Amino acid sequence: MTAMQKLLQLPVNAVNMVKTVQSQVQGQEEDKSPVLSPDSGQQTWYSALQPDELRHLRSGGTGGGGGDQEERATLEEGGGGGSFQTQPLRHDDLKEMLDSNKDSLKLEAMKRIVAMIARGKNASDLFPAVVKNVACKNIEVKKLVYVYLVRYAEEQQDLALLSISTFQRGLKDPNQLIRASALRVLSSIRVTIIVPIMMLAIKEAASDMSPYVRKTAAHAIPKLYSLDPEQKDQLIEVIEKLLADKTTLVAGSVVMAFEEVCPERIDLIHKNYRKLCNLLIDVEEWGQVVIINMLTRYARTQFLNPNLNESLLEDGGSGDKTFYGSDEDEDDDEKENKEKAEAAALAKRKPYVMDPDHRLLLRNTKPLLQSRNAAVVMAVAQLYFHLAPKAEVGVIAKALVRLLRSHSEVQFVVLQNVATMTIRRRGMFEPYLKSFYIRSTDPTLIKILKLEVLTNLANETNISTILREFQTYIKSMDKDFVAATIQAIGRCATNIGEVRDTCLNGLVQLLSNRDELVVAESVVVIKKLLQMQPEKHSDIIKHMAKLTDNIQVPMARASILWLIGEYCEHVPKIAPDVLRKMAKSFTYEEDIVKLQILNLAAKLYLTNSKQTKLLTQYVLNLAKYDQNYDIRDRARFIRQLIVPTEKSGALSKYAKKLFLALKPAPVLESPFKDRDHFQLGSLSHLLNAKAGGYQELPDWPEAAPDPSVRNVEVFTLLERVTTLTSVPEWTKCSSREKRKEKKVEKPFYSDSEGESGPTESADSETNSASASDSASDSEQSRSSSESEESDEGSESEEEKENKNKKKVVKKAVKESESEQSSEEENRKLEKKIKQQEKDSETVSDDEESDSESSQSTSEDSESEAEVKKKAPVSRTPPKPVKKEKKEMSLLDLDDFEPATSPQVTPISTLLSNSLVTDLEGLSLSDSVLAPSTITPSGTLKSYELLHRITGEGLSVEYCFGRQPFSPDANMVAVQLQFTNNSTSETKNLHMKDVKLQSGMRVKEFPEIELLPAGDTASAVMGIDFCDSTQAANLQLCTSTRKFFVSIQPPVGELMRPVFLTENEFKREQGQLMGMNELTEKLILDAKYRNEHAIVQRVTTAAHLSRVPCGSDNECSPSVPPPDHPAHRFAGRTVTSGSLVLVTVATGEEGVAQLTVNCEKMVIGTMLVKDILLALTQ
Amino acid sequence: MIHSLFLINASGDIFLEKHWKSVVSRSVCDYFFEAQERATEPENVPPVIPTPHHYLISVLRHRIYFVAVIQSEVPPLFVIEFLHRVVDTFQDYFGVCTEAAIKDNVVVVYELLEEMLDNGFPLATESNILKELIKPPTILRTMVNTITGSTNVGEQLPTGQLSVVPWRRTGVKYTNNEAYFDVVEEIDAIIDKSGSTITAEIQGVIDACVKLTGMPDLTLSFMNPRLLDDVSFHPCVRFKRWEAERILSFIPPDGNFRLLSYHVSSQNLVAIPVYVKHNITFREGSSQGRFDLTLGPKQTMGKAVESVLVSSQLPRGVLNANLNPSQGAYTFDPVTKLLTWDVGKINPQKLPNLKGTMNLQAGASKPDENPTINIQFKIQQMAISGLKVNRLDMYGEKYKPFKGIKYMTKAGKFQVRTYQHFLMVQTSM
Repeated sequence: MTAMQKLLQLPVNAVNMVKTVQSQVQGQEEDKSPVLSPDSGQQTWYSALQPDELRHLRSGGTGGGGGDQEERATLEEGGGGGSFQTQPLRHDDLKEMLDSNKDSLKLEAMKRIVAMIARGKNASDLFPAVVKNVACKNIEVKKLVYVYLVRYAEEQQDLALLSISTFQRGLKDPNQLIRASALRVLSSIRVTIIVPIMMLAIKEAASDMSPYVRKTAAHAIPKLYSLDPEQKDQLIEVIEKLLADKTTLVAGSVVMAFEEVCPERIDLIHKNYRKLCNLLIDVEEWGQVVIINMLTRYARTQFLNPNLNESLLEDGGSGDKTFYGSDEDEDDDEKENKEKAEAAALAKRKPYVMDPDHRLLLRNTKPLLQSRNAAVVMAVAQLYFHLAPKAEVGVIAKALVRLLRSHSEVQFVVLQNVATMTIRRRGMFEPYLKSFYIRSTDPTLIKILKLEVLTNLANETNISTILREFQTYIKSMDKDFVAATIQAIGRCATNIGEVRDTCLNGLVQLLSNRDELVVAESVVVIKKLLQMQPEKHSDIIKHMAKLTDNIQVPMARASILWLIGEYCEHVPKIAPDVLRKMAKSFTYEEDIVKLQILNLAAKLYLTNSKQTKLLTQYVLNLAKYDQNYDIRDRARFIRQLIVPTEKSGALSKYAKKLFLALKPAPVLESPFKDRDHFQLGSLSHLLNAKAGGYQELPDWPEAAPDPSVRNVEVFTLLERVTTLTSVPEWTKCSSREKRKEKKVEKPFYSDSEGESGPTESADSETNSASASDSASDSEQSRSSSESEESDEGSESEEEKENKNKKKVVKKAVKESESEQSSEEENRKLEKKIKQQEKDSETVSDDEESDSESSQSTSEDSESEAEVKKKAPVSRTPPKPVKKEKKEMSLLDLDDFEPATSPQVTPISTLLSNSLVTDLEGLSLSDSVLAPSTITPSGTLKSYELLHRITGEGLSVEYCFGRQPFSPDANMVAVQLQFTNNSTSETKNLHMKDVKLQSGMRVKEFPEIELLPAGDTASAVMGIDFCDSTQAANLQLCTSTRKFFVSIQPPVGELMRPVFLTENEFKREQGQLMGMNELTEKLILDAKYRNEHAIVQRVTTAAHLSRVPCGSDNECSPSVPPPDHPAHRFAGRTVTSGSLVLVTVATGEEGVAQLTVNCEKMVIGTMLVKDILLALTQ
Repeated sequence: MIHSLFLINASGDIFLEKHWKSVVSRSVCDYFFEAQERATEPENVPPVIPTPHHYLISVLRHRIYFVAVIQSEVPPLFVIEFLHRVVDTFQDYFGVCTEAAIKDNVVVVYELLEEMLDNGFPLATESNILKELIKPPTILRTMVNTITGSTNVGEQLPTGQLSVVPWRRTGVKYTNNEAYFDVVEEIDAIIDKSGSTITAEIQGVIDACVKLTGMPDLTLSFMNPRLLDDVSFHPCVRFKRWEAERILSFIPPDGNFRLLSYHVSSQNLVAIPVYVKHNITFREGSSQGRFDLTLGPKQTMGKAVESVLVSSQLPRGVLNANLNPSQGAYTFDPVTKLLTWDVGKINPQKLPNLKGTMNLQAGASKPDENPTINIQFKIQQMAISGLKVNRLDMYGEKYKPFKGIKYMTKAGKFQVRTYQHFLMVQTSM
């Protein structure tokens, strides 16, 4: 069967197959399908196919390769696979699949939708169908839904909100990975309305125990910032907090956030500078790039220019040798010491002393030149270029040259930067000259850049080599490259006087080249060279004059003409003849050539008017009627200047001076000159134009700012440590004390130092920590921790001297242990116990980290570490207990103990009420105590339920009566007021056939049998809104009519007051911090600053009760309140009984702060809005 | 940082797009197409293209352009390196990185891209973590998935992201524990017409395939580490240990990875294993040119030179070539003017030779350019620099692994120039 046949036949089969499938899926609807209509089905379908779908079919039929079997399988399976051909339709099939119960169908649908998104097709109309599956159990479906959601949420903001609660739930998951992914998706949804929720989530996550969640929080910061730049101040606070984080996992991400949000706040870096330097080597590669770039900028503001005394430093700069690491036998420590000594010696001799922090940065970035990641290498290279003393910059050359082996795009960028560097520091790359030799297989872009570098590197000593190399390039088949080579030769000739004549001769020889482009380029370059010393080269000019017969390239012709015109004295005989020829061909020439012909004519007219007068006039006449106005203008201008007429102005006297003035020789410069004012490696540098968001590299300060700003207690021992060993100091000392954070941040490189003691404990901990996350893993991780341990042990055999005795002893013990299995068992047991200890420790980590940072100064004495290990353990108990308490508080009726607070009688009703609601919230009792009426402090607001026109005379209004609804305490009471405006009576008024959102319940009012004309009646019904502001859709019936009505509660009505004392209030508030707390600043209108107004407005907006504040205030309300009182209100949501706490703290000038604490963040958010509105209206 | 990614195939179709921030219209690629049109060769499209509102940074791999859209300042290498990492990941997952493979696995591709970047900032690029998150598709798994409706998304949470050694997954188990290391050296050289070496250097890599149970800790030491002049490591290598003792100490990733790339110090003279005798001439006034090429071994330490492939871009004026190879087969593409000669193994007794005539366009003048000859070859069981691995030790696990090491030398960018110097500087200097 030929391919063509297959193509033609297969669809028929497929259609049949599809038909069966469709009939299964859609039943009788098959006929209606426009695509599969029996008569034209095949054809329509065919044209609707995408090319790649065709491919699927083709290979599907032939039994195809691996990837296609999937398609085929689905086709045969029938389930949902058959309908992918109907894609151009309105995706009904996909919707159906998404609605199904089977995960496999959903998955199939999501896969297809994602494929559509990938192809750039619009799938936004599926949003409602997709978003429903956000809480799907199947992980892959869920992931794909996330992909979809993040893509389309921006377009479908309202619907996207439906998914928020899923993520909010995820934010509280005990598993850090789930918390992190929830935060990641939540923050990726670009919907402005959830900004406050995002803000809260970020704040919460920033102080999460898990570094991974904190990392995610750091990632979320720029997302929120781009969504709402007004959050900047708050975000900076979070950044500040995260910058203080001590884990490598977070460091890269938070610096990235810093760079995006507040790169100008360099002051935030001070305290973290040394830590960042020390962590750097263990940060992931991408983070390294960002940190290094930022630190470069930082260093430029904080340290002195090490190259101020450049000449002085140069002779002392033997540092090169050590930096090349050529002496391998040298012990690392020794080397370090030597370097130190050298630096010290230098410092003594010179007035300049490098700040130790500056040195720290240089030292800690240097190993990264060995990174496999080109971006990291480049980042270090630019750091050295911008910050290092001249003598040390050389190290980077080798690494950069290494990058030239990489992909051509990498080469492209690296060469651009090398080109800039070679202008300033040529010596650095001279040893690598040959690495820039050009191969015929290089892409032209690369060739030209290499040529640039070679040209920059050319000097008196290597010019002959370079020129010889250039000669071979001229024979290349790549003509653009040849042209560039010729220009490069020209540049070498101008820069290096010794070879000027040789180059010129060589270029002149090129004039006889068969390739016109080569000749043309040579002419242009020769022209420039001749300008430097024209008198010596009249023969060259003559030679070139002859070329005008053959050469057609406009630029070259123009150049020759210009040369002849400019130096017509040197070729007095030839010049007029050239003009004659040119006059003949004038009309066919290109514009630039025409202009030069005019120039030549003018110049000849001035010098040799006898011979050329007529010619000139002829040319000028031709030009007068040229199509190009530039040429017409020029002709007019020249005529006026040179041809003396009675009208001609004073200028014509100076015509000769104007035309034959001595022109300065052009300077042939590298296009990379002066590019280094851009930070190297940056996009702006590459483009030689400032890109958006580029941060200028500041100039060195005149005097160094105070270095003590970087002091952190931890680093008091820094100097000593650095001289002892080259392990990143910070990580080392931390590896001992910082127990739980070790989890992620245990530095990898540094453990090679043979610090088997501390690293071992760190390892075991790592695993135990992760074990606490997933118990199932614990077995594996324990075994792996052991393996690491024993490896450390055996490794230590290899390592010799430089260990202190204690360690040796310890290792010996270990070795014997690993040999004797029985003891090993013991150890396992021990470990288990240890692990448990640690598990409990992890809980308390947040509190500890501060104290630890100060502790972690010590390093070498084991005993000290031991003590500290214990310290946190003993401190742990309080916190878990506290946590437990939080859980229990709902059950703990003591919390509401009325006896604790002295109350006056009127409140007692309130009290009982609050008790009731509390009990209800706990669902301890279903029965309701006698409802106490609470008169709302404001007037009740009525809402229209049914307008009298739509209601055909019947109008209904409703208001929230704010009484508890007696039949069911979980319901909100709604008072309905019926008015019969018609002339006839209305009968049998009742609610019927209620269509409600899931979870909502309604208790209908008793039927009103008769409502006479003009009469009014009222009734009370109860609705359980499930603590949401979704409207309850109802049907109101009379004997004759049905009306669809809906009742939407303001958020303030979804709660009922609860009595709390101030202390209780504060305690509860303390437990609803973080995510559950919303704060908003506002300014109160002058008229409403008094207490009464505030209380009234808040209680009108929300059904809350006032918390008596300050006993004095309470007993004697007449006494003026303290200067800035805080008004507190408390309530519980009706359905779930979650506490709602509102605080309005007033300040000077009517400035007030509104705080809402509520477990239900959506309610909290909305309540803040409502109260804000009420207070500021 | 990275706003969006577009994949564009050789014929200029955007066949995949992914946005990490708000959506950037695909019309932004028009600027790319413009630049593409301007460039004569596909690889000459500038990697960085500024447009009025965005910057396009692209890499070309496997005839697919990966075009990243950037909105503000970012180190270009950062993006380029990342894009290459994406390609490597695809290759790792699908075996090949072709348009067809990407389209067939579009969902996996999308999931990967989603995990690799968060808001445009790289999140998980370590293949180990990615494989934990998203299992690479295999034929078997795809079949099973379609039948059972199961997925290729990892069921377990990716704890690797939290690990101290993010490049290694936990709980690795093998029945055969093996560790193989390939020392592969490439010679980059430019040889001039007279056969003297203009520049030659050796670049090497050590690629590893490690399939070991548990958490092994390996050390690899060399007999002559001084040879290594400049090195770059996989992040698993403990840098300090190398600095101090010149020993590679590392906990290896699971599976294939590049442990080390190195450059052999330039002080060492590079042995050039092959020589070329060539005579490619065009006579003035004649429409024929002569072609004569002989290859021979040189400094190979007794090892055979295999898989030799000679290619040369002949001047544009050449219409066709009538050549006669003493061994192997040659092809000449009259459109691209590319001559390739698959030589195979060089027999020192009977040197391979390719001889014959080239026909030029009638009446055309003799071409100025002389072609360059590119040579590829392989020499098994030898590292041309003389680098030798001393020993490989494993700590941390009880079992005895099977260890293997292989040496190989290849031609890198090995070029022989046939053109004369033009006379310019011949004497004066």
